[in-house]
Amino acid sequence: MNSIISFLTRTRGTGKVHFTDVITYLYLTLGTILMFGPVIWLVLSSFKTQAEIVKFPPRLLPYRQETVVVDGYEEPLPLYNVTLEDGSIAELAQVRRIGLESQLVDPANPDEIIKVPIENREPIEKVVFNLDNYIEGVESFNFARYLRNSVIVTIFSTVLTLLINSMAAFALAKYHFRGREALFFIMLSTLMVPLSVILVPVFLVITTIGWNNNLLGVIIPAAATPTGLFLLRQYMLTIPEELLDAARIDGASEWRIYAQVILPLSKPALAVLTIFSVMWRWNDFLWPLIVLSRSEYFTLQIGLNSFQGELNVQWNLILAMTVLTLLPITLVFAALQKNITTGIATTGLK
Amino acid sequence: MTTQSSSRSIKNGFSLVSQVIGNFIVSFFDLIFAPIQRLVGVNGMPYVFVLPNLLVFGIFILFPMLLNFVYAFTGGSEFYLDNRPWVGTANFEQLLSCENFLDPNTCSQDRFWRSIYGTMGYVVGQVGFMVVISIITALTLNRRIRARGFFRSVFFYPVLLSPIVVALIWKWILQENGLLNGIIVSFGYEKLPFLVDAQWARFWVVGISVWAFMGFYTLILLAGLQSIPSDLYEAASIDGANEWNAFWSITLPLLMPTLIVVLVLSLIRAVQVFDIVFAFTGGGPGTATLYLVQYIYENGFSSPNRLYGLAAGASLLMAGTLVVLTFIQLRLRREEV
Repeated sequence: MNSIISFLTRTRGTGKVHFTDVITYLYLTLGTILMFGPVIWLVLSSFKTQAEIVKFPPRLLPYRQETVVVDGYEEPLPLYNVTLEDGSIAELAQVRRIGLESQLVDPANPDEIIKVPIENREPIEKVVFNLDNYIEGVESFNFARYLRNSVIVTIFSTVLTLLINSMAAFALAKYHFRGREALFFIMLSTLMVPLSVILVPVFLVITTIGWNNNLLGVIIPAAATPTGLFLLRQYMLTIPEELLDAARIDGASEWRIYAQVILPLSKPALAVLTIFSVMWRWNDFLWPLIVLSRSEYFTLQIGLNSFQGELNVQWNLILAMTVLTLLPITLVFAALQKNITTGIATTGLK
Repeated sequence: MTTQSSSRSIKNGFSLVSQVIGNFIVSFFDLIFAPIQRLVGVNGMPYVFVLPNLLVFGIFILFPMLLNFVYAFTGGSEFYLDNRPWVGTANFEQLLSCENFLDPNTCSQDRFWRSIYGTMGYVVGQVGFMVVISIITALTLNRRIRARGFFRSVFFYPVLLSPIVVALIWKWILQENGLLNGIIVSFGYEKLPFLVDAQWARFWVVGISVWAFMGFYTLILLAGLQSIPSDLYEAASIDGANEWNAFWSITLPLLMPTLIVVLVLSLIRAVQVFDIVFAFTGGGPGTATLYLVQYIYENGFSSPNRLYGLAAGASLLMAGTLVVLTFIQLRLRREEV
């Protein structure tokens, strides 16, 4: 106990707990609950049965009524703790319920039917993390298809983003050519032109090319990101020119200089851009929403959104699918959280 | 020992394989690029390197920007430009025709004005609330605390979630029989109509977007705080300043540049808010949370009578606002420096 306290209070180095330390940790604890709580609640809820999910007030854990297979009955019967007339409590299986009366049998003695008022029985429940919602959701939601589309979009778009932005950044950082300043300025100025401003004409361009309901229409346009270009260019500016000159003297082509000198040296910036690109493309909503209208081309985000519109009542399935959608990005974050947070803190982009 | 060495040899194997593949790809592309270089010379190569990016930019961002003007000055519900009659500024006149600008009911495009006032309210509430919370959180994280990395990640985690996921999580918590109403009832109060009542819906749209985005701004502010030299604080404490004085005379002035970046960035993003609200309330109840981008989206893509001209006109007005905001940022930054 003492060691825990001293661990928590070692902050100010004086050995005394200052009241600001208490407030600090209270704030951080509250923040942790507020930030993680909703997600944990989502995950817990996603294991609940349809019956449990509409129950009010809701319970924290996913309870499920225990069932038992009784001779003479095909379906498993739900188990109850029943208070009998003599005041004793027995574990019985319900055969049917008629109005306010419940008909039960003792699993050990299935021939004799016991009738009790329903208020005298309590369901026997246990906490079960059952995957029913996930299985049913994946089947009715066409999850595999949406997942495949999301993965394709994310991977190809990220590879393309890295390739064309690093090439352009290399040119802008390491060559002096006519129009360089103008190019850089034009590309940067598009930073403040969000997609939402050019929705209609973008749709026209996509339609004219024929990329409606084609994953290419999501992959290609997103590949040129001004933020990525800026990030890479700023990083490449720090690479010394002497390295390029040395490679040129050795007879390397400009492409080889880019691929074998510049790219390996830009790894940290490329890593940051990879993480961001994966995050952007996985979570993308507005662009896929206007480009893809046929459900077989939906990405997970679009699919999930239309799913919530269709099945407004089947929350248990929606919740399970939401968990599956946030799982990949959560795992990536858990593995790379340090790189991600420091990457954002130093580059200031999201 | 053996597992270690075998895992190392696997790792070496991997790096060898990836090196071979990498070399192959580089050489393959060199077959394409080397002749190009012979053709255009070294001085022509930067254009070649810029080209793919420029093509994508030009086709999907710059060209649509120009087309947007064409749409804004043409009318009708035809999608292809050939069939759209030139109407001059009629779209803007329609958007801006109001007897009383403060009362959307008197406007010919009442939804447009509702979305403008809605967006304004959202921007003020969301940015104000979020910046204050982000500063408090960044200050807390900047104290000498245990497990700073962990707590930093805690506040950042929601930033990674997609807007749809955020909206669904909170819809689930705030629905009539949801967790929050469960907690309220367990304290003996009545259920509250969080998603049905217009005021509550507006409140929660702000609330969940603060929840989802604050971690990002906290991180930027934290980086700003950590760049303040600590000897300033030592000097101040020698001079007898308490923490409160130090905050007002050291922390806040030195944090100002970062704070302005955060303020303008969050402003620009707040004006463009769409997906999170679209999935959370769909603009409702009624038009309570109908914001500008959703108005544009509906006019162009989801209403039965598609008024592309109005959508483009509204988006130009929004672009104008964003340009003004960006210039304010540049101006303020220059003054800071």
